[in-house]
Amino acid sequence: MGFEIIMPRIRRELYNKEICACSIFGAMNQGGERVSASGVMKAIANMRVRGNGLGGGFAAYGIYPDYKDYYAFHLMFTGKSPQAKQEAKLELEDFLSSRFDVVNDEEIPHDDEVKLRDPPLVWRYFVLPKEGWDDSGIVPSEGDYIADQIMAVNAGIDNAYVFSSGKNMGCFKGVGYPEEVGEYFMLDRMYRAHTWTAHGRFPTNTRAWWGGAHPFSLLDTTVVHNGEVSSYGTNRWYLEMYGYACTLQTDTEVIAYAADLLMRRQKLPLEVVAKILAPPIWNSIDRLPEKERKLLTTLRMVYGPLLMNGPFAVIIGTTGRMIGLTDRIRLRPITAATRGETFYISSEEASIRLISPELDRVWTPNGGEPVVAELKSTKKVLI
Amino acid sequence: MARAVTSEPGIFGARQYYQNVEIPSIDARGLETRELNDQLRELMLSGGKRVQITNVCGQRYIGTRLYTPEHLEMEIEIFGTPGNDLAAFLYGHHKITVHGNAQDGVGNTMDDGEVVIDGRAGDVLGFSMRGGEIYVREGCGYRTALHMKEYDGKRPVLVVGGTSQDFLGEYMAGGIVIILDMEVQSHKANFIGTGMHGGVIYLRGDVDQSQVGDQVEISPVDEADRTVLDDYVSRFLERFPEVEKRKYEILNSQFVKLAPRSKRPYSDLYAY
Repeated sequence: MGFEIIMPRIRRELYNKEICACSIFGAMNQGGERVSASGVMKAIANMRVRGNGLGGGFAAYGIYPDYKDYYAFHLMFTGKSPQAKQEAKLELEDFLSSRFDVVNDEEIPHDDEVKLRDPPLVWRYFVLPKEGWDDSGIVPSEGDYIADQIMAVNAGIDNAYVFSSGKNMGCFKGVGYPEEVGEYFMLDRMYRAHTWTAHGRFPTNTRAWWGGAHPFSLLDTTVVHNGEVSSYGTNRWYLEMYGYACTLQTDTEVIAYAADLLMRRQKLPLEVVAKILAPPIWNSIDRLPEKERKLLTTLRMVYGPLLMNGPFAVIIGTTGRMIGLTDRIRLRPITAATRGETFYISSEEASIRLISPELDRVWTPNGGEPVVAELKSTKKVLI
Repeated sequence: MARAVTSEPGIFGARQYYQNVEIPSIDARGLETRELNDQLRELMLSGGKRVQITNVCGQRYIGTRLYTPEHLEMEIEIFGTPGNDLAAFLYGHHKITVHGNAQDGVGNTMDDGEVVIDGRAGDVLGFSMRGGEIYVREGCGYRTALHMKEYDGKRPVLVVGGTSQDFLGEYMAGGIVIILDMEVQSHKANFIGTGMHGGVIYLRGDVDQSQVGDQVEISPVDEADRTVLDDYVSRFLERFPEVEKRKYEILNSQFVKLAPRSKRPYSDLYAY
């Protein structure tokens, strides 16, 4: 005799958030040859389905050879009306001129034919700190001085945000698909860089606005990120003790400031930084030889609040280095590849193949272990 | 009549992939995922038994909509880099061959058929797979065979020529996974078989107890295991003839068997 199993039909709540993920892409010509953005724009556009048009951006290294000794501040003025934007700009310029010598400034060229939502006024200033910036004797370095001023602007001047501040590099970002943002700023026509990183966004926890697009940056450190920093609160609290103000309403911001703190200020080697941001789990640490176990235990004790919990894959850019890193159990994808002098890091291999069908090597780095592309030659960079 | 579509440096030397121009083809350049799968389905419904898809670059879910009540079958050759979830929900005796590398999620919840990857595969290869066979010439990424399962006559098989990264066979509930490590890099993966409660993993060479989950027992292979290995390793080698000459060496190598200690490894953790 057969019997029937009757499944109770309960109404199931469908998860109504479209589940997807961000896309990240980076390409460095390690020989220092500068190339246009057209390749990286094509590559990031190939991962369009990973984003949803609510954020895109690029970081480019080597784009301002004529102003290579000046900090290039990219500012966005986000007020609702043109007047509000102008007011923010006036207030910013007042602040800037009291602390910096501005050698040049201009609106960042853009193509009005590319329709993006609610574009802010985007301006760039090439600056050096005014002589006497270190008279007080309490600011340890010029970089720290610059960082302090950026925090003061982002936290203190309404509607004005410094979103890029390094030398001979720049970030470009906005609300839209990354290729649209690239076209808006005419990146393929205006700039040549030896290192490009790019991001297509799928915001999950915060609203989409221009300041919240990736890359996030401080001085020449930039971060594009796929994932979710669930330790954001702890990280932010820790970074605030070191003077970092998190004002951009997106979790990725803490990775940029953590990288600045550990790499620029504390000058820790990258291998150590990776073990702070993405430490092995205790079980794995327990199995290591004593010396390593001691180091990793110490790092977890001292830098516990900088552990980035949750799934992530990031590309961190600095002058002369491009670093790919995932969380310790690689909950977000990363593929690295090389072809000749070019080093690629991407969320998906197909995007790399699109612009470089033949590759010398392709691999997926282990979770928590950084892959690093390094600029081997600077002679072409300064041409 | 054949022309090279792409060439690729691989572990067995430079490879050239040839497209046979007498077989119907779809040029995937610029096609979106949906358009490519539409064309594939139309071709099958109009009687196509074989197809070559060229210039594939990141299109996802290739082969996912090939079910028909009359069980039509198709042989699909892919030139390029297919996107995530290749052969997801593949249903029926289709055969998909990739001339190149695949990305994440190959064979996601695949029900039947065969996938051959003449290159490497990404993360979550064979995720929730419940039938059919997958053969990968090179290695694969994280979480391979995550929650692979079997039921009744359905028993999925996955053979990988290289090695896998961490979390191989995580929460595995059924099926057969064979990792051949042809390059003898030795198995470096950790957390193998975490939460495993069914199925079997065979690793050529050896593995340390610290690399596998507490739920897993490592044992030498017996006669019955050797029969399974002979069968599927032979099938693997037939698909990659350039390594066929190593058949004797591979089949006579040491293998270890990883199987769950219990069908309910977490029974202590549930309270009810």
